[in-house]
Amino acid sequence: MSEDDEDQSPATDLRSRNKSRNCISSSSSQTFPDHVLENVLENVLQFLDSRCDRNAASLVCKLWWKVEGLTRSEVFIGNCYALSPARLTQRFKRVRSLLLKGKPRFADFNLMPADWGANFAPWVSTMAKAYPWLEKVDLKRMFVTDDDLALLAESFPGFKELILVCCEGFGTSGIAVVANKCRKLKVLDLIESDVTDDEVDWVSCFPEDVTCLESLAFDCVEAPINFKALEGLVGRSPLLRKLRLNRFVSLEEVHRLLLLGAPQLTSLGTGSFSRGDQSQQEPPDYVAAFRACKSVVCLSGFRELMPEYLPAILPVCANLTSLNFSYANISPDMFKPIIHNCHKLQIFWALDSICDEGLQAVAATCKELRELRIFPFDPREDTEGPVSELGLQAISEGCRKLESLLYFCQHMTNAALIAMSHNCPELTVFRLCIMGRLRPDHVTGKAMDEGFGAIVKNCKKLTRLAVSGLLTDQAFRYMGEYGKLIRTLSVAFAGDSDMALRHVLEGCPRLQKLEIRDSPFGDVALRSGMHRYYNMRFVWMSACRLTMGCCKDVARAMPNLVVEVIGSDDDDVNRDYVETLYMYRSLDGPRKDAPQFVTIL
Amino acid sequence: MTYEKVNELNLKDTELRLGLPGTEQAKEEQEVSCVRSNKRQLQSDNEEESTPPTKTQIVGWPPVRSYRKNNNSVSYVKVSMDGAPYLRKIDLKTYKNYPELLKALENMFKFTIGEYSEREGYKGSGVIPTYEDKDGDWMLVGDVPWDMFSSSCKRLRIMKGSDALALDSAL
Repeated sequence: MSEDDEDQSPATDLRSRNKSRNCISSSSSQTFPDHVLENVLENVLQFLDSRCDRNAASLVCKLWWKVEGLTRSEVFIGNCYALSPARLTQRFKRVRSLLLKGKPRFADFNLMPADWGANFAPWVSTMAKAYPWLEKVDLKRMFVTDDDLALLAESFPGFKELILVCCEGFGTSGIAVVANKCRKLKVLDLIESDVTDDEVDWVSCFPEDVTCLESLAFDCVEAPINFKALEGLVGRSPLLRKLRLNRFVSLEEVHRLLLLGAPQLTSLGTGSFSRGDQSQQEPPDYVAAFRACKSVVCLSGFRELMPEYLPAILPVCANLTSLNFSYANISPDMFKPIIHNCHKLQIFWALDSICDEGLQAVAATCKELRELRIFPFDPREDTEGPVSELGLQAISEGCRKLESLLYFCQHMTNAALIAMSHNCPELTVFRLCIMGRLRPDHVTGKAMDEGFGAIVKNCKKLTRLAVSGLLTDQAFRYMGEYGKLIRTLSVAFAGDSDMALRHVLEGCPRLQKLEIRDSPFGDVALRSGMHRYYNMRFVWMSACRLTMGCCKDVARAMPNLVVEVIGSDDDDVNRDYVETLYMYRSLDGPRKDAPQFVTIL
Repeated sequence: MTYEKVNELNLKDTELRLGLPGTEQAKEEQEVSCVRSNKRQLQSDNEEESTPPTKTQIVGWPPVRSYRKNNNSVSYVKVSMDGAPYLRKIDLKTYKNYPELLKALENMFKFTIGEYSEREGYKGSGVIPTYEDKDGDWMLVGDVPWDMFSSSCKRLRIMKGSDALALDSAL
């Protein structure tokens, strides 16, 4: 399942070029030539895995900077426009693995026009020449074409892992090339990506002999697949541990796959979980098939669930640490007998169709729960809403180890949030979406300030926060006062004045990613954060109260900040109102591939 | 906002506001957010005549990715009634249970339906609601739990007249 990365401190190594330091050498080390020191350092630094540690090491002195650059094998780039591909290949010489993120998250909700950018093309073409030994590429919100995938498949003979999360621009033909040419492929994970159906039988394109495949996830691919070829593939992939099928795979077909490879699988995406065959035949023994899945700890799929077959999964429930029901409209009565067995569950995603009643059942059984995500079955503003503060309260009382929450609801109370803030001290991610905009506490009628205030105050490990409901500047005062570890903040339809944003920009020293929409924050607020923007990954503000003049001032004052104004009108360059501001630090100046609707100030 | 009747002119009538005429209270919020993001709204008021006026749809709100919304898209099914000149379409998702659905059908086609019992189906009115399920079989409405019905129902057919009478007497 995809999760937003909780990355560590900013890539300070990228700025170290601007800080030249002399190598500190004591008199005794002058007897050792530099290259010996280098070798020693290399051998030591290669054991450093963490990005954070490596960034720190590279700041020690020029020699360490150089050697660290030689030994870093996995590079994380949180914003593809923060630097150019050329800079990457100049700085790091032996990269085997790249994690690259593109568009800002609000692009997922149609707040950004198509063709904005985040193209993978320049990265793959540069790396093709510089890193022929490249093994892993992990992209999030990037625009990847079939040509890019073809180039990747051709350029890296030892390529092992391709992970595409929330990406688009490619289709099954690109996947086919990767399947065919990457003979060492271990991981092919397509997660929540938009894959066009080119009517290519990509599953048949895997080589005929035994494969190295360990993980194959294609649940997001909206195209039928050649099941016979898939069966053959699973049969000749002895190392396969994770298999996530799309909704074009029926229950009968899953049954056949499980007969082949059930005992080795640790993660299973069950496809449609409905019968494909309309005939009157006796259904196969699904329970027996799931009973054979002795190693399965992660279960997902259920894309077109036929509820009468759900009990087939009961044999695996006791082992499950991760369960994703978020595509299945499951009622509380269907749900309770299942969850009752899931004592080891740590990650649980579901639709709100399980209701408060279902959440109470989760709270009663899942004492090890770390992450909960409840999505709306009916994502509109004025519907009834089957989950509320009751479910949240129950979860807070039953699941004390909770670390991460995403909760969509129609109504909430401050009391429930206050309770959660006390009951769940391990919370690092708290994202609450009260779908009705500007909704107050539905019991007291007051703003949701105290509830969110309690969360930031009592959850001392909080690093990510998304707020909603009726919020005044007071809520933001709390955030600025207590939210000292917050790295990511999402705000929508909240606050009364510029002061709200000022509190956050002045009070949250670790803030990295700030995304705001439809809130009354203007120029004064924007200016108040200028001391922070070089230390942040990005700031997004749409439908706020910013003027072009102020944005221009910020751009002028901060030359290493790329200030993009994204408008819906092509003609209004002189217009004062800024529809969308997206700004980020960059070492290589404004990008050259900006489309017409983007103005870089 | 309240206006006094000044010189017999009801200023409220001439008040400039956003929103359909006749929609009162709680529209303050709508106005505020309309002002904030003029461009972003899809004016769906025209489609909402039959239901109480809701807030205009805001782009990207709630923040649910589109592929999740697609899964739960409105599920319209065709409804035919024996003897009626044309078919109708209803969104099954707007009903929570069988009584609501049957009431809506009664209103739509102007008939009354009999009592449902597990043993005997719909007795007495000569009207029998049936549906086609995912397997292509024609089933009697009401036998399975509502959730199962609403997710497997592909179309509805309300039998009446001689077909229905024949069934009635056979039961």
